[in-house]
Amino acid sequence: MAIDILMPALSPTMEQGKLAKWLKKEGDKVKPGDVLAEIETDKATMEVEAIDEGVLAKILVSDGTDNVAVNTPIAVLAGEGEDVSAAASSARAPAAPAPEAQPAPTPDMQAEGLAQRPAPDGIQGTDVTPVAEPAAPAVITNRTTHDAMAEIPEGTEMVTMTVREALRDAMAEEMRKDGNVFVMGEEVAEYQGAYKVTQGLLQEFGPKRVVDTPITEHGFAGVGVGAAFTGLRPIVEFMTFNFAMQAIDQIINSAAKTLYMSGGQLGAPIVFRGPNGAAARVAAQHSQDFSAWYSNVPGLKVIAPYSASDAKGLLKSAIRDPNPVIFLENEILYGQSFPVPKLDDFTVPIGKARIHREGKDVTIVSFSIGMTYALKAAQELEKEGIQAEVIDLRTIRPMDTDTIVASVMKTGRCVTVEEGYPQSGVGAEIAARIMEHAFDYLDAPVIRVTGKDVPMPYAANLEKLALPTVAEVVQAAKAVCYR
Amino acid sequence: MAVAARKAGRAGSGAANKSTSTKGQVRKAAPNTPQFDKDQDLSAYNDMLLIRRFEEKSGQMYGMGLIGGFCHLYIGQEAVVVGMQMATREGDQVITGYRDHGHMLACGMDPKGVMAELTGRRGGLSKGKGGSMHMFSKEKHFYGGHGIVGAQVSLGTGLAFANHYRENGNVSLTYFGDGAANQGQVYESFNMAALWKLPVVYIIENNRYAMGTAVTRASAQTDFSKRGVSFGIPGEQVDGMDVRAVYAAAQRAIEHARTGKGPYILEMQTYRYRGHSMSDPAKYRTKDEVARMREEHDPIEQVRRRLLEGWKLSEDELKAIDSRVREIVNEAAEFATHDPEPDPSELYTDILL
Ligand SMILES: Cc1ncc(C[n+]2csc(CCOP(=O)(O)OP(=O)(O)O)c2C)c(N)n1
Ligand SMILES: [Mg+2]
Repeated sequence: MAIDILMPALSPTMEQGKLAKWLKKEGDKVKPGDVLAEIETDKATMEVEAIDEGVLAKILVSDGTDNVAVNTPIAVLAGEGEDVSAAASSARAPAAPAPEAQPAPTPDMQAEGLAQRPAPDGIQGTDVTPVAEPAAPAVITNRTTHDAMAEIPEGTEMVTMTVREALRDAMAEEMRKDGNVFVMGEEVAEYQGAYKVTQGLLQEFGPKRVVDTPITEHGFAGVGVGAAFTGLRPIVEFMTFNFAMQAIDQIINSAAKTLYMSGGQLGAPIVFRGPNGAAARVAAQHSQDFSAWYSNVPGLKVIAPYSASDAKGLLKSAIRDPNPVIFLENEILYGQSFPVPKLDDFTVPIGKARIHREGKDVTIVSFSIGMTYALKAAQELEKEGIQAEVIDLRTIRPMDTDTIVASVMKTGRCVTVEEGYPQSGVGAEIAARIMEHAFDYLDAPVIRVTGKDVPMPYAANLEKLALPTVAEVVQAAKAVCYR
Repeated sequence: MAVAARKAGRAGSGAANKSTSTKGQVRKAAPNTPQFDKDQDLSAYNDMLLIRRFEEKSGQMYGMGLIGGFCHLYIGQEAVVVGMQMATREGDQVITGYRDHGHMLACGMDPKGVMAELTGRRGGLSKGKGGSMHMFSKEKHFYGGHGIVGAQVSLGTGLAFANHYRENGNVSLTYFGDGAANQGQVYESFNMAALWKLPVVYIIENNRYAMGTAVTRASAQTDFSKRGVSFGIPGEQVDGMDVRAVYAAAQRAIEHARTGKGPYILEMQTYRYRGHSMSDPAKYRTKDEVARMREEHDPIEQVRRRLLEGWKLSEDELKAIDSRVREIVNEAAEFATHDPEPDPSELYTDILL
């Protein structure tokens, strides 16, 4: 029987790819293991190998075809002893290429940088105390609400780029400016990054400043901290933050505490960065959100951006910051596109949230990939007449309490959204701060939407159940609105 | 099941080299490769072929979207685990990293259960909750299946600690890669294992690359058999593409560990034909290099030739073995495709006892 050769999925998140080149032609004999073709995705070029023996009867998708959906038949193989021309004619009509990639789910893309910052009643001006004095010794460090819109001057030209490119550009720009900045980690140089975030850096800056390490997280994290003690500014990439658990002792005991223990003599200006949280179908040991973990530790700053422009502006700030910064990226967001300001030196301040979307009925607070649920939920709620205000925390520590509190004083209701575990999560912290600072303004208890309280399962159906959903956010928002 | 790996009652008949190993010394593999009798060749052929065909099928099912996430194939390295298992006895434990399908099959775990775990179904060995990298079988003494590079080395040392504690005479076979060999906890484990004379054999599967990093770019000492020298752990470099050499070395190492002399290191010089995982840009090595290894050193082809030329089996007899193996693999794939996903209630089970 003729065998269809299908467009393979070669990475957990691949949906389509380009058929770059056929290495075999019609009529060629192939055996298992022979490389038939090369395909390209945004991450890499990969080879399609034959699994069965036979003759390549017909090529259905020709060289250079873009957006070939996974599982599309790309060729027909005639099996042993089979009539090649019959097999070729049995081929289905070549499938049309998949429609143009859906734009990344960033509902408010156009609004990015355009929406007006809200002016909550009664808290403007310097003479007004925006929040009540904390009842307990409090963690509030900033007292002014921040105008995130002012980060990008009006009329600035915007260019569309992916989060991946924005991160790369941020590193490259800072490396051009400061010879003390260098990158190290597993596969960051010759391989161009396991997730291609450091693409091109080796070529521009050479192996002295773009350093491939062995698989020795605890060791190279310590090496980075030691180098930072002397004033170098390492960017340490963890292939994923799951592997930073090998190194967490150096991050917390050495990087976070030395400034304090040395009475301010020496600290560690270092950035630890890499993808954090669940990717897709990689199961418990590779799918964990560490936002809450690091945010528990004094002596660290913790950043978890959602959009490409925040990723770029915040990473540049993190590299310049004199403190250890944990920079939590997200694999699913890497390939998503956003408008990014075209400025010579665009930075975003650490510790400032951004109101992504204004609303008066309920406040939804989230960060990183959580924003995708929050924004979609806000759109759904709008249809039902509920105006949600969506706050992107951007920095988890120090947390911008003022922006949250000001919003809750306006809406009286709050839902938090994150992929991490519920207990002692970021949402729990937000709820506590709202109780401390805006208890009298609350019309309903704060509800947390989180990942479920279980290790991440592998099975597709269970994985879906373990993650938060837009429906859960909508439901929570309606619940706090008593609807 | 005719061709699934069998564990017991196979050790001992091979003409292994009985050279002694001096403490802390590193020797090259014996120059004259020990011979296999016909049964041994047949059994090794069956077991390796099962792994090869199983992995080819896994790759295919991944391409069809039935398997998700990371999926690391063992193709090319089959002789290592098969040769090692030939020298074990019931009760010996096996632990490895994420490139674990071959180890599980060689331990006699059900191909259906392995494949159904790859597809995330309820009949999988971890009920669909672990996936390719995380599978276990207490019954077959297989302790995983670990996704964190290097973690299994301390864990495997702990299995040996338990054997020592219980004085049960069992040996822990602890597998890890050339990349994993650079993790700090490996040396912490080596020290404890040597200090307490724990019955563990460390099998370093040196397939020359850790993802896209060639051994020479990551390791100051690329002779992995010497990695235990400062702890007085003996080590050997072994031709990991020749199942006979693996078996002979396994016998020496396991004997050493079982008789209370402490840990032993085997550097298996092997090669992975496929990419690191399913997504691999394959830019770090040449196509020629891969083709040469496949053509000149294939572990299965070596045995196949012996069966045909040495033991005078006919092509038909080999074809019959091949189709039996394919049948098992197809059955497993069939099961893994149609078995239902886990019940949603499974989300909250197995978290605490
Ligand atoms: C602690 C940790 N760091 C990094 C990774 C990502 N990673 C998975 S496999 C791998 C390469 C390991 O290579 P090697 O030990 O040689 O084993 P092989 O894949 O060749 O079998 C890396 C870096 C991980 N899983 N765990
Ligand atoms: Mg390796």
